[in-house]
Amino acid sequence: MSVIEIKNLYKIYDGSEVEVRAVNGINLNIEEGEFTAIVGPSGSGKTTFLNLVGGLDKPTDGKVFVDGIDVWSLKSRKLIDFRLHNIGFVFQSYNLIPVLTAKENVEFIMQLQGWSRKDRIKRTGDLLKAVGLADRMDSRPAKLSGGQQQRVAVARALASKPKFVLADEPTANLDSKSTENLLDIMEKLNQEEKITFIFSTHDARVIKKARRVITIEDGRILKDETK
Amino acid sequence: MKSNLRLAWRNLWRNKRRTLITVASIFFGVLLATLMSSMQEGSYSSMINNIVKFYSGYIQVQHEDYWDTKTINNTFVPTDSLIDEITSVTEVTLITPRLESFALASSEEITRGCMVIGIDPEKEKEVMDIGKWVSDGVYLEQNDRGVLVGFDLAKYLELSVGDTLVLIGQGYHGTTAAGVFPIRGILKFPSPELNKQSIYLELKTAQEFYSVDQQVTFMVLMLEDQYDLKKAMRKLSNQIASPYAVMTWEDMHPELLQMVEADRAGALIMKAILYIIIAFGVLGTIMMLVMERKREMGVMVAIGMQRSKLSWILFFETIYIGLIGVIAGFTGSIPLIAYFYHNPIPLTGDAARTMEEMGIEPLMYFSWLPSVFYNQVITVFIITALIALYPVITSYRLKVQLALKA
Repeated sequence: MSVIEIKNLYKIYDGSEVEVRAVNGINLNIEEGEFTAIVGPSGSGKTTFLNLVGGLDKPTDGKVFVDGIDVWSLKSRKLIDFRLHNIGFVFQSYNLIPVLTAKENVEFIMQLQGWSRKDRIKRTGDLLKAVGLADRMDSRPAKLSGGQQQRVAVARALASKPKFVLADEPTANLDSKSTENLLDIMEKLNQEEKITFIFSTHDARVIKKARRVITIEDGRILKDETK
Repeated sequence: MKSNLRLAWRNLWRNKRRTLITVASIFFGVLLATLMSSMQEGSYSSMINNIVKFYSGYIQVQHEDYWDTKTINNTFVPTDSLIDEITSVTEVTLITPRLESFALASSEEITRGCMVIGIDPEKEKEVMDIGKWVSDGVYLEQNDRGVLVGFDLAKYLELSVGDTLVLIGQGYHGTTAAGVFPIRGILKFPSPELNKQSIYLELKTAQEFYSVDQQVTFMVLMLEDQYDLKKAMRKLSNQIASPYAVMTWEDMHPELLQMVEADRAGALIMKAILYIIIAFGVLGTIMMLVMERKREMGVMVAIGMQRSKLSWILFFETIYIGLIGVIAGFTGSIPLIAYFYHNPIPLTGDAARTMEEMGIEPLMYFSWLPSVFYNQVITVFIITALIALYPVITSYRLKVQLALKA
C-alpha cells in the first residue's frame, strides 16, 4: 500500500526574468517501509520536493496524498496538526531546540500530541536508547557532538510515531563515523519497526544503504532504481 | 501552558547579557518615571498645602453672597446646627472661623491698606500655625486685644513689637470701624504678599472692631487627606444649603488648579518621551531576538507546533522581560522615593527665591501616593505587552520553508 502518492507535482518560481521549475511534473508512489534516497546535484530540486511532500511548501500544481489524504487541501491549522501526527522531520543542521535537553527535545513532540507524562518518559527513554544516547539524555544540544545531535533529531522525528520520516541531507554536516552510525540506526529502525524513510542526499554512503534511489535533475525524475 | 512558560523562561536566558540590558532599560525607565512623577506630585501637594494653609483651607463655608461681594455685610453666625452638619462629615478634621476684611493701618504719619483677619488663635495653630512665623514678639492668646503684623507692613509703618497700631475701616452695615491695638508680634511668612498686607487679631477683637456680633466671613475646614476633597465636598453640598455656600480651594484658586493641570500636561510629554525611548529599546531587542530565532520558529511549526502555541511562548518571553524590569523598577524606586519623601531637597539660589516669592517653602517635596508608583508600572507593562505583539504577529506570518533556510 502506498503511504505517499504524488501526482503531477509542480513548483514553479516566477523570477523577475526567468521562470524556475524547481519541481517539474513529478509522479511517484512511496510504499510503507521503504528506505528511499532522493539524489541529485545541488539545485536539482531535492529539498523543494521534500518540502512539498512534507506539507511545508505549497505546490504550484499537483497533489500529494498521504494515506489517501490530499495534504494540500488541509487548512493551515489542520496541516500543522497533520504534520505533527504523520510526518517526522530530520534536518541537515539538526535544528534541535537549544534550551531543551536531549530528553526534552524528544518529549516535546509527544507533549504537543498530548501524551501522558508516564508514556512520554517511557518512549523517550526507549528512543534515546535506540539511537545510543541513553547516557546523554540530560545534555543540552550545545553539549552534544554533531552526530549525537542528529541522532537526537532522529529520535525526535520518530517520537510521534509518524507514517514516514523525511530527512533532508541528514549526514551533510557529519563526519564519516557519525554518518555510518546514524545510517545504521535508521536502517535498523526501518527494518525492525517498518518506519518509512525518505532522504534527500548526495552522500554516496547514504545512497549505498538506500534500497530505492530516485535521481532528480531539473525538477524531474531521471531514474528510479530499486535494489 | 506550564511547558510554554518554562520554555519561554529558558529562552530568556539564552543571551543573558542582552536580556539583562533590556531589563535594565525598563528598570531605569520605571525608576525615572516614578521619580519624576513623585517629584511632580510632591511639588503640587506642597503648593496646594501652602495655599490651603496660608489662605483658604481645603474647604470654606461662606455666606452665599460673600464670594461675589466680599464685604463685612455678607457674614453669618456659625450656628450649632451648622457646625453639627459640618462635623458629621468624617473627612473634615478641623473647623475654624475667620472674619476677614480690609482696613487702613496707620502709625504716626504713615497709612497703608491691609487685610485684617480675625482668628481663633488655638485652632489656627493647626491650620496656619501662625506662631511658627512670629519673628519678633509673641503669638496671640485667647481674648487677646493685641495684633500680629506682617513683617513688611510693620517695616513700612515703622512699627515694632510694643508699638500701637491704628486701624480704620468700614464696619457692619456702614458703621465706622476704628481701633487702637498694641502690636504683640511681627510675622515673617515665606510669602511676601502676606508679609506686606496681613494683620491678625483674635476673633472676638476683630468682631468688636467691625461691629459684628458673633458673625464670621467664613469657616475654614481642614481635611485629613487632600485627596478626600471631592468626597467631603459631595457630602457637604448635600447637607448645607442656602444661605450658605460651600467652596473648595479649587473654586477659590482656579489659577493654581490651571497651573497644576498645565504642568501635568508638560510632564506627560516628558514622560511620553521617556516611554518612547524605553519602547524602542525593548522593541529593538525583541526584533533581534525574533530575527535570530526565525529558523528555530520555522522548525517548531514544521514539526507540528501550532502557531498559536509558538506565539504564546514568544509573547511570554517579552512579558517576562517586562515583568522583571517593572518589578525591579518598582522595588528600586520604593527606598529612593521613601528617602526623598522624608528628606525633601532644599532649593537654593534663584529657584529658592522664586518659590519664596510665591509663598512656597523652598523645598523640593516628593509624593508617596500609590498612583505615583502604579501608574508607571502599569504604563511600562502595557508598552511591553504591546511590543510582545510583534513576535506574535511574526509567528503568524512566518513562512516555514523560508524560515528553515534562515
